[in-house]
Amino acid sequence: MKKMLITALAIIGLLASAAAAAPARKMIQIKGSDTMVNLVQILAEEYMSLNPAAAMAVIGGGSGTGVTGLINKTCDIANHSREWKPKEMDQAWEKGVSPRFFVIAVDGLSIIVNGKNPLEKLTMAQVGALYRGEIKNWKMLGGPDKAVSLYGRQSNSGTYTFMQEHVLVNKNYSTDMKEMNGSAQIIESILQDEGAVGYVGVGYLYDKDGKIRSGLKILNISKEPNGQAYSPLDKEAVDTKKYPVARPLYQAVNGRPSGEIARFLMWETGPEGQKIVEREGFYTIGGDYQAQNEKNFK
Amino acid sequence: MKKSKRSKIKESAIRAFFLSSGVLAVLVLIGIFITLLATAVPAFREIHLSEFLFKKNWDPTSPEKAEYGILSMIVGTLLVTAGSLALAVPIGIAVAAYLSDVAHWRVREIVKPVVEILAGIPSVVVGFLGIVLFGPAIARIFHTGNGLNAVNGSVLLAIMALPTIISISEDSLNAVPPAYGEASLALGASRWQTLVRVKIPAALSGIIAACMLGMGRAIGETMTVLMATGNARAFPHGFLDSVRTMTADIAIELGEVPYYTTHYYALFAIGLVLFVMTFIVNVIADVILHKYQEREL
Repeated sequence: MKKMLITALAIIGLLASAAAAAPARKMIQIKGSDTMVNLVQILAEEYMSLNPAAAMAVIGGGSGTGVTGLINKTCDIANHSREWKPKEMDQAWEKGVSPRFFVIAVDGLSIIVNGKNPLEKLTMAQVGALYRGEIKNWKMLGGPDKAVSLYGRQSNSGTYTFMQEHVLVNKNYSTDMKEMNGSAQIIESILQDEGAVGYVGVGYLYDKDGKIRSGLKILNISKEPNGQAYSPLDKEAVDTKKYPVARPLYQAVNGRPSGEIARFLMWETGPEGQKIVEREGFYTIGGDYQAQNEKNFK
Repeated sequence: MKKSKRSKIKESAIRAFFLSSGVLAVLVLIGIFITLLATAVPAFREIHLSEFLFKKNWDPTSPEKAEYGILSMIVGTLLVTAGSLALAVPIGIAVAAYLSDVAHWRVREIVKPVVEILAGIPSVVVGFLGIVLFGPAIARIFHTGNGLNAVNGSVLLAIMALPTIISISEDSLNAVPPAYGEASLALGASRWQTLVRVKIPAALSGIIAACMLGMGRAIGETMTVLMATGNARAFPHGFLDSVRTMTADIAIELGEVPYYTTHYYALFAIGLVLFVMTFIVNVIADVILHKYQEREL
């Protein structure tokens, strides 16, 4: 009995000293967009390997989760693929949080279908009609006689909100849309479903070798019914906003960034970070976003 | 003398410990119910109760008009649960009967632990199987293009409910006094007749309890259905339609909902409906159990 007690005490003592010995450095919590989670994870890992003193944890959950996290002060950086809603800004001010936004990459939101779908391009209006549930058969778009099967994200996703605002022009999604947990799940479903259409960030189109996933078809999108259609893989079209569903990917912090957070943001938006952004399939930030970032650092 | 006094104290201490544990369980239940009720009720300041329960459209973040009707989700939950029970109950009882009456003891020693291990598989893993294995298979069998529908959810929930049903049914079959079976065989009944007409009826209360527990598991399960049923908000018209269950909706939306808004309260109201549903299931199970126990006496 006594022996056991001594052993137990020894173990507790050991554990306590181990805990005390662990460096008391602050973990930077990054939360939000599922579109960005892989990208930011890799950025954070690279940054940590260059700066061993930095500690960061990146989790997804959707843009809404990140924004709520920053407002409730449960994270330091919020990833979001849509802009903040006025309601969220109000909430932030009420809680004394003054968000500053940094664009870290640009995404060409890609409209994808199964590889067996013969369609090559759609107009913005057609994509909107598809997702509002007004077009229920591919025949209506000149495709095969096959029912449209809609895939989308869940309402906590920034991509869901972005699509609703910019493509569905603030109308309701069709209730037939299957709401998936993440972009990877949308891709898996589209590979199997011949009538499928879905939307994902451009970085999700690549496999681990940097090639486009086989069995996927990325549609070219035109702004006007008779306009030229562009691919989200065309960097120039995304940069010049000729590709109509391009969008900036943001990180938000509370107040003027300082310390490790500021250094991380600087590095991400600098040449080294942007090189990784490009490698992961997203697009680097252009001049006006850079100028906007500069302003927010001050 | 001294020792007996000490043991008396010990005994009363132990008794107090068990009593407090029992009371704690009750307090936790009451606490949960009150919290749920208090957070759910404000939802009805803006939503009409009949609209909440009997309207089909749920779209709280709609840019057009927020709608709070959960009928589609209630039907979705019931559909998936009924489907899973239709699969799991016959299979579960058959396996239990096999294990208790037919199987060689060596087979039983292997199969029973394996069935129990099945219960330990995390629900995410089951959901993943639904996406990569059952989904494509269902799509091919029913020619539906994709397998994210109520059938998929039912199959997965049946897998998850099976260990409970098998394990408890088998225990209750084994608890039937051997004299029952022996008497039946002595009267010239075959083994099949003995099993179906004597043993299973004698163990019925336990088997029903097992099925109800399995049903409880199926109604409350979240992650698996969230991953495998597609979560479409449309009203389901059959097992091949994609469904959204109440649990999945709470899980999807609670993470991002702004606190203390109608949407937030409405999610708790869904939780309350779910609570009432499982409560009714339990009450029915209890009534059936008592009825059969009385008959046995």
